[in-house]
Amino acid sequence: MIEGARWRRWVFFYIPLGVFVVVLLFPFYWMMVTSVRPDSELYRPWMAPNYTPFWTLHPTLEHIQHLLAETMFSTWMWNTLFISTVATIISVFCGLLAGYALSRLNFPFAGSLGTGIFITYLVPQTLLFIPLSDIIRNFRLGDTPWALILTYPTFLIPFCTWLLMGYFKAIPRELEECARIDGATRWKAMVYIVFPVAVPGIMSAAIFAFTLSWNEFIYALVFLSSPAEKTVPVGVTSELIRGDVFFWGQLMAGALLGSIPVAIIYSFFVEYYVAGLTGSVKG
Amino acid sequence: MARVLLRSLNKMFDATHVVKDVNLEIRDKEFLVLVGPSGCGKTTTLRMVAGLESISSGEVLIGETVVNDLPPMDRDIAMVFQNYALYPHMSVYDNMAFGLKMRKFERAEIGKRVQAAAEILGIQNLLVRKPRQLSGGQRQRVALGRAIVRHPRVFLFDEPLSNLDAKLRVQMRVEIKKLHNRLSTTAIYVTHDQVEAMTLGDRVVVMRDGVVQQVGEPLELYNSPANRFVAGFLGSPGMNFAAVRVSGEKDSLRAHKPGFGIEVPPELARRLAPYIDKDVTIGVRPEDLRLANGSDAAGLCFEGTVEVVEKLGSEILLDLQVGDQTMVAAVEPNVRATRGDKLRFALRPDRLHFFDAASEVAI
Repeated sequence: MIEGARWRRWVFFYIPLGVFVVVLLFPFYWMMVTSVRPDSELYRPWMAPNYTPFWTLHPTLEHIQHLLAETMFSTWMWNTLFISTVATIISVFCGLLAGYALSRLNFPFAGSLGTGIFITYLVPQTLLFIPLSDIIRNFRLGDTPWALILTYPTFLIPFCTWLLMGYFKAIPRELEECARIDGATRWKAMVYIVFPVAVPGIMSAAIFAFTLSWNEFIYALVFLSSPAEKTVPVGVTSELIRGDVFFWGQLMAGALLGSIPVAIIYSFFVEYYVAGLTGSVKG
Repeated sequence: MARVLLRSLNKMFDATHVVKDVNLEIRDKEFLVLVGPSGCGKTTTLRMVAGLESISSGEVLIGETVVNDLPPMDRDIAMVFQNYALYPHMSVYDNMAFGLKMRKFERAEIGKRVQAAAEILGIQNLLVRKPRQLSGGQRQRVALGRAIVRHPRVFLFDEPLSNLDAKLRVQMRVEIKKLHNRLSTTAIYVTHDQVEAMTLGDRVVVMRDGVVQQVGEPLELYNSPANRFVAGFLGSPGMNFAAVRVSGEKDSLRAHKPGFGIEVPPELARRLAPYIDKDVTIGVRPEDLRLANGSDAAGLCFEGTVEVVEKLGSEILLDLQVGDQTMVAAVEPNVRATRGDKLRFALRPDRLHFFDAASEVAI
């Protein structure tokens, strides 16, 4: 907390915080307002006398109804949920084992292997999708959920591995050594002692991985083509922007509904998530 | 119950030789303390016994078996760590039961053993708590409990009291000693604290730079240290050392330096004979420096100027300037001394130590 006179606290704490919160939350507010605003208000010119950009006097659910009835939005939601969940499970599982091995086992080239994994994470997706699309075509996975379930881990596994590596390093070695003296094999010590202690780290890796796959755009855009296979980000933008016509109400309704699952997950696991990032393990 | 034997034990970390040719026998039911400054290889030695560190060369025997290639779980040992290493996600009960569960004990037997251990340590009412809800001393008890429920053949302690505050440390020290008397299991205890070493150990091993300096009972080490390092390491405040020159004839030797000189007592003269006209180090413990009175032999007295007076209550420590040398004397609490006083001190002839100036070995 900032010490000293009251004005200091306002100038250096409350006002910057307030500005930050407004800037951060304004897009969400805009999204919400737009999704319940009738078309007549949405396309009203800005110089009209009853122009009200920041609120609406006639809220309507028509955009949401249109979205659910006339587009395949629920299918997209299901696709996204399925793809994100499976990709997250695969990535966290691999990241868990890789992170443990890199932080705990002494084997040749452990250090360079760790760096290597990190470098793969740095290769931008906008480059990687070209060779990957070739691979997807060769394996005839195009336009199936597996195209994404198998390509998302290319960036999720390095991410999970690094996050968990850091977390494992913060867990005292003695815990494991004590377990091994107590009669546990290395594997049992890992499963009964290290993993339960690492739960906050594992949760935050999972949340991150889930969010990254939920929001992923470019692979989904390239690897999926039929409307029934699309994910929310791609579905909404490709089906609700036709040429230069933007269906703003439905677009925003789609974005709003699409962000609900992520918001729910964050609000449930926020404590784990914070503990995971700050790495608070106490013996 | 078992003895532990270390035979020419060596440990190399890459090019660094951390433990050098250690040979030790820890007798059955003995409490052996490894002591030394940090980085002397004592913990590494202990970890090799535990199986947490591979052995570069040499052998470790527990009982009659060579355990070099046995994993820690098969060595039938228990270890208490400096940071307690309690499993944070388990209750105290589960912490203590973990080792028994891993070894597939019956539930009833686990309950009985945990209860018994908890009773010995006075932690029955803490069994449902999580480690984070315990104080440092309680955590240490749980760590001890976790070790004793298993009834292992050997206890290993790795600086178990270092994280406790001074008062609690003294209390837990006594408890560990009592526990050992009660269970009489072979124990190896690592510490850098010489007081812990002296009070706990049946025998004490002083190590330095990976080499065993001396092994013996606490008072044996204190009264006849094998070299200057052991002499200086044990005792607080530490032994006073002064570089002196030996001169004179066979039976009337003098050890002297500017501002300080004594006549070597006849019983020591024979041992010092080869060092005539050579430099040696003389060592005197602070409590062996007494204020001189009329009956003291003049040849063993010298004068010092008081620089600092430290009143500890049970004794007074005087920091002295003797020639170009500082010394510490521990005197009776009723001595009245102030800064700047010139006092005469007497040495006890049977409590003098001499060390070779080059090799530092006791003469």
